[in-house]
Amino acid sequence: MPDTPKPDTAAEPDSLSRREAMLQILRVGGVAAAATGAGFWLNSRSTRPVPSSAEQVRKDHRIPSASDWPGLAIAQFPAENHSAEQGEPRTLVQKVIESLGGMSRFVRAQDVVVIKPNIAWDRTPEQAANTNPELVAEVVRQCRDAGAKRVIVTDVSCNEARRCFHRSGIEAAARSAGAEIILPDPDMFRDIDLGGVMLKTWPVFIPFLEADKIINMPIAKHHGLCGVTLGMKNWYGILGGQRSRLHQQIHQSLVDLAGFMLPTLTIMDCYRILLRNGPTGGDLEDVALKKTVVAGTDPVALDAYVAKAYWNLDPEHLPYLQLAANRGLGTVQFEQLAVKMSQLS
Amino acid sequence: MAQSRLPHVRRVSQIFFLLLFFALLILTTMRPGSSGSSEIHMRGPVRMFFILDPLVAITSALATHALYRGLIRSLIILVPTLFLGRFFCGWICPMGTLQHLAGSLKSEAKRGKQRVESNRYKRWQTVKYVVLLAGLVASAFGSMVIGTLDPFSLLVRSVGVALLPAVNFGARAVLLPLEHSHVHVIKTFGTYANTALQRTVLDLRQAHFNQALVLALLFIGILWASMRITRFWCRSICPLGALLGAVSRWSILGLHKDGSSCDKCNRCLLDCQGGDEPIGGVPWRKSECLMCMNCVGSCPHESLEFRFFRNEPEIASPDLGRRRTVTGLAAGVAAVPLLRANTGLAKSRHERLLRPPGSVEETDFLSRCIRCGECMKVCPNNSLQPTLTEAGLEGLWTPTLVPKTGYCEPSCVLCSEVCPTGAIWQITPKEKGWVAGGETQKSQPIRLGTAFYDRGRCLPWALATECIVCEEWCPVSPKAIYVEEAQVIDSSGAAKILKQPRVDPSRCVGCGACEYACPLQDRPAVYVTSIGESRSPSSQILLKRS
Repeated sequence: MPDTPKPDTAAEPDSLSRREAMLQILRVGGVAAAATGAGFWLNSRSTRPVPSSAEQVRKDHRIPSASDWPGLAIAQFPAENHSAEQGEPRTLVQKVIESLGGMSRFVRAQDVVVIKPNIAWDRTPEQAANTNPELVAEVVRQCRDAGAKRVIVTDVSCNEARRCFHRSGIEAAARSAGAEIILPDPDMFRDIDLGGVMLKTWPVFIPFLEADKIINMPIAKHHGLCGVTLGMKNWYGILGGQRSRLHQQIHQSLVDLAGFMLPTLTIMDCYRILLRNGPTGGDLEDVALKKTVVAGTDPVALDAYVAKAYWNLDPEHLPYLQLAANRGLGTVQFEQLAVKMSQLS
Repeated sequence: MAQSRLPHVRRVSQIFFLLLFFALLILTTMRPGSSGSSEIHMRGPVRMFFILDPLVAITSALATHALYRGLIRSLIILVPTLFLGRFFCGWICPMGTLQHLAGSLKSEAKRGKQRVESNRYKRWQTVKYVVLLAGLVASAFGSMVIGTLDPFSLLVRSVGVALLPAVNFGARAVLLPLEHSHVHVIKTFGTYANTALQRTVLDLRQAHFNQALVLALLFIGILWASMRITRFWCRSICPLGALLGAVSRWSILGLHKDGSSCDKCNRCLLDCQGGDEPIGGVPWRKSECLMCMNCVGSCPHESLEFRFFRNEPEIASPDLGRRRTVTGLAAGVAAVPLLRANTGLAKSRHERLLRPPGSVEETDFLSRCIRCGECMKVCPNNSLQPTLTEAGLEGLWTPTLVPKTGYCEPSCVLCSEVCPTGAIWQITPKEKGWVAGGETQKSQPIRLGTAFYDRGRCLPWALATECIVCEEWCPVSPKAIYVEEAQVIDSSGAAKILKQPRVDPSRCVGCGACEYACPLQDRPAVYVTSIGESRSPSSQILLKRS
């Protein structure tokens, strides 16, 4: 510091001038008032922490029922003694959508469409633990053609998500068909009141809440606890949090989820189905080639049909089906629906 | 080009290699390609700095009598050092560059005279040779503890396992409120920034590591010390620096001092990195010089110059003295027997010490693992954690699988692909039992351990409640977890049929998916212990595997 000349101490008065004293009082007073104000404000804010109340955002994505179209559309290639051929899943899904009246019946221009395949596991398409990527890509393409503003493909995976999205082939196939791929970012969940019997407040992945139309694209698989995992079980993949607890009341949980998620359309992948060691599989011997796609607007009938067709399980064996029917989500008597069966060759 | 310009070239080189190092470290993560094969492998030479590292090569060669995958390339550094001296420390080493940067920060406590004094040769600079000697001897006896002090090991462990996850956490804390903002512009900005960062540096999922704070504080402590003492780490501890100093004994390049023109102005000492006495009147210390060339540039009389084949007085080899040499040798000789006479390796091995897939048998593992943390950094499930006591004191900071934080994905081999020394030997997904595509041929998969049930906590066993999430997740086929229907009585006295899970030890691979998925998150009712791990013939349950 440069040397400053020492002030003449004799000329310095002992006390501050009036003006300086006033300023000092003002400063101290201001700080004191601010501290007091802040103290009272914070004091009044102290409330016991309670979990923030969940939002109620249940949306009905269904379209009005129409009697001119079948309730259930099935398309299949002969599968006995045949091997999988590229292009078949695409033809199958084109056929079922055509049978149901075309994608324009379900998707309007400017819609935000969320497609929910099963992308839960680190498995290849041949292992049949995730939805067939060709099917997903074709549905994306049709949604784009129907004028959708955004087509989002997403799932909350069980195994590490990037790995599942990559290995399932869905990321590449859907993206090249024009879809947006959204990975399950752990920070992109909102606490939602599902309004179920068992399921009350659960974190739901945000893209599922912001959709205009939702297309459920499950794959039919064996499951150790329920026997099968079909369309309604696919809604596990909208949840975050500790969802492994749902197994404790799996049938009621499935119905609660199905009561919350009311999809525009369900397209079930039965091109390959997993007969054993589900829902993960891993061995190609667990897989059966069925070359079939089933679609419809009644999620209950769809699950009932596929359970009967491939596992010979009646609704009595799957309590959730009856519970869902009682809740008014659909009918277990799929035979009573108009079924459009297309045998391709 | 005048030699006084060389420090500028050196700075460019230092920055280049520092950025390269961080780029490779950030790339040490799972990035599935957007097209082509569904196989997921490590892309890019992320092990590069380790395989160029002569300390890793020599010590692991002493310990295992072989050079693992790519380590032969350390000759690229070793041979030129024989001819040119420790150019690596001054021009390439990213740890050295960070020290250099920290030391260049202006400080009140270190200017002028203090700085000149601190850059004079100190007797404690020989400590690193003692460390090196002890490490070499210990590795010859089969323990790779010296790897802990390797500069790249230190850097990757500190930055990759402690600092980057912290940066990730901080960045998310800033971006998240933006992303959830109600103002459209802010929300859009936050979303794009987050997406862009996630594609490059941030992880989709926040990684957590045990002891991350300890590792970070040690690293910050070293940088802090080097703000006070120029290149504190390089001068006093770094065993790689010591090795390169020792082998530059016969190098043909050296510092020429024109004694007649030197007026002892001390300017050469102001920026000397190595503490190698560039000033006139005293012999130059070859093994300490980092070839930073600062002295050449700062000499006002141009009395200093690097020349080939000079014939001048110099102190070529480390000035260690008999006593310190003996200390180093004795420490190395004593370390291994002392560490291994402990329990832990042969007896009472920790039951939760699950090594990554491909790991070699434990004794061999300890003679290879340099605790660099590459495997922990790359693991996409955040499963691998640095040990504290699980592997004994000798195994401090070696990797262990902690299924509660993440299980081992049966198709994943990334840790085995980044391991520089073969402690985790490079394996293929097939060796882990992964059969993709049309392959049907099956062999015994690598096993990390075996799962067991805690029937006092398991929902269907103890709490009369349905569950079997573990069975759902079990990734092997046929599943290693099978269920048996059993009748239980609930508290109201009603009979209930439940599925109770069991483990088939001949199928279980010890991946820990069941433990990870168990709803009892604080202490899972199914847990994996190391018995049955395929790498250890002495740690088996079954007499014969089916």
